[in-house]
Amino acid sequence: MKEFEFSAPTTIAEAVALLAGGARPLAGGTDLIVQMREGRRAVGHVVDVKRIPELTAVTPMPDGGISIGAALSVTRMAAHPALARYPAIVESGRMIGSYQIQNRASIGGNVCNAAPSADAIPALICLGAQAAIAGPQGRRTEPVEALFERPGRTRLAESELLLAIVLPPPPARSAAKYLRFTPRREMDIAVAGAGTWLRRDERGVVTEARVALASVAPTPIRAPLAERRLVGEIPSAALLDEAGILAAQDARPISDTRGSAGYRQELVRVLTRRALADCCAQFGSPVDVA
Amino acid sequence: MKREQDFIVNGETVSVVVDTRDTLLDLLRDRLGLTGTKEGCGNGNCGACTVLLDGAPVNACIVLALEVAGCDVKTIEAVAAGGRLDRVQEALIEAGGTQCGFCTPGVVLSAKALLERNPHPSAHEIRAALAGNLCRCTGYDKIVEAVQAAAAGRPNG
Repeated sequence: MKEFEFSAPTTIAEAVALLAGGARPLAGGTDLIVQMREGRRAVGHVVDVKRIPELTAVTPMPDGGISIGAALSVTRMAAHPALARYPAIVESGRMIGSYQIQNRASIGGNVCNAAPSADAIPALICLGAQAAIAGPQGRRTEPVEALFERPGRTRLAESELLLAIVLPPPPARSAAKYLRFTPRREMDIAVAGAGTWLRRDERGVVTEARVALASVAPTPIRAPLAERRLVGEIPSAALLDEAGILAAQDARPISDTRGSAGYRQELVRVLTRRALADCCAQFGSPVDVA
Repeated sequence: MKREQDFIVNGETVSVVVDTRDTLLDLLRDRLGLTGTKEGCGNGNCGACTVLLDGAPVNACIVLALEVAGCDVKTIEAVAAGGRLDRVQEALIEAGGTQCGFCTPGVVLSAKALLERNPHPSAHEIRAALAGNLCRCTGYDKIVEAVQAAAAGRPNG
């Protein structure tokens, strides 16, 4: 590693001032430190943000939602009682690396690392998560979905700090699920992943649908064809099949060592269908799919 | 850049001059001579460098030393308190759950942390908890058997 300065401020204002001077934030370090050690990234000043209380807190929001500090470890997040209402977030956080990694890695870091394959992001997009951001000009909020520019790059300015991921309260009669495919069960990177979220009315008709895909585009993406097909319908095996086929059309994968483009599209088709079926099972209205 | 910093390692407060670039692994092995913690991959995949940070297993190779100032760091050297092996260590010997031994310190610490939070894990839970501890001798079955035996109180519970 090249020489660098190290600071561990305890306030957001101090951290933002350091970032404006060219420093980079360190949360769990499971991406940043690896990149620095492998010489893929040179950083002149590392700012450990874990000593800022807001960045490791889970806070209830006035609307009934919650704010999850950007640097809170996945393990501590998953154990927090407020996350019980967001099982898809807990489950996808627990897909990140090993137990050792989850004791350090945060969902804020997963977002900022901006990998197209990031495990936590599709569920965040499905649940309508917002990013709370601080910068030299003050604070702003952006949908998580709008944060990604290209692999490894968010739209945050260099001087900005992700403070928290803010989740709205889950509406009544809604359910979410993220599924991924990896050759190994643990410790692997998604060849493709599909997150789904459905909201129904009292009669079981889908009123809103979100489908978010991983590893099939330069950034995590929504699948609008699949979403539009689902709205206004009562889920059936045929409908979920169709939604899977449409999600595969929404995907824009490349071929690489982990899978061909065609294989990834096939994975999206199957994973979307299965994730939707899981949402239906959560509603207590199981749909039989392969 | 060098600076002097206090660390809490295996219950003792030590004052060490570290470089900002030192990882926790460098601090333990090179500055403190605690070479029971091994370096395998150096990028957080293999778990050979697993130590307990405030009781939770982490990969010391991807933690900066300065991050852990004031935190409780526990290494394999602290496990056999008073020269008496821990029940996980005894069980690994008993089951033949160690071959070349390079992954063993990390396995012991991951297994101890598992039993701390879940005293009676299933074989599946043991495999999940040890997924980040790679054994390239591939002796996984005996490692899992050893953790089960330790949980059941055999042979040294």
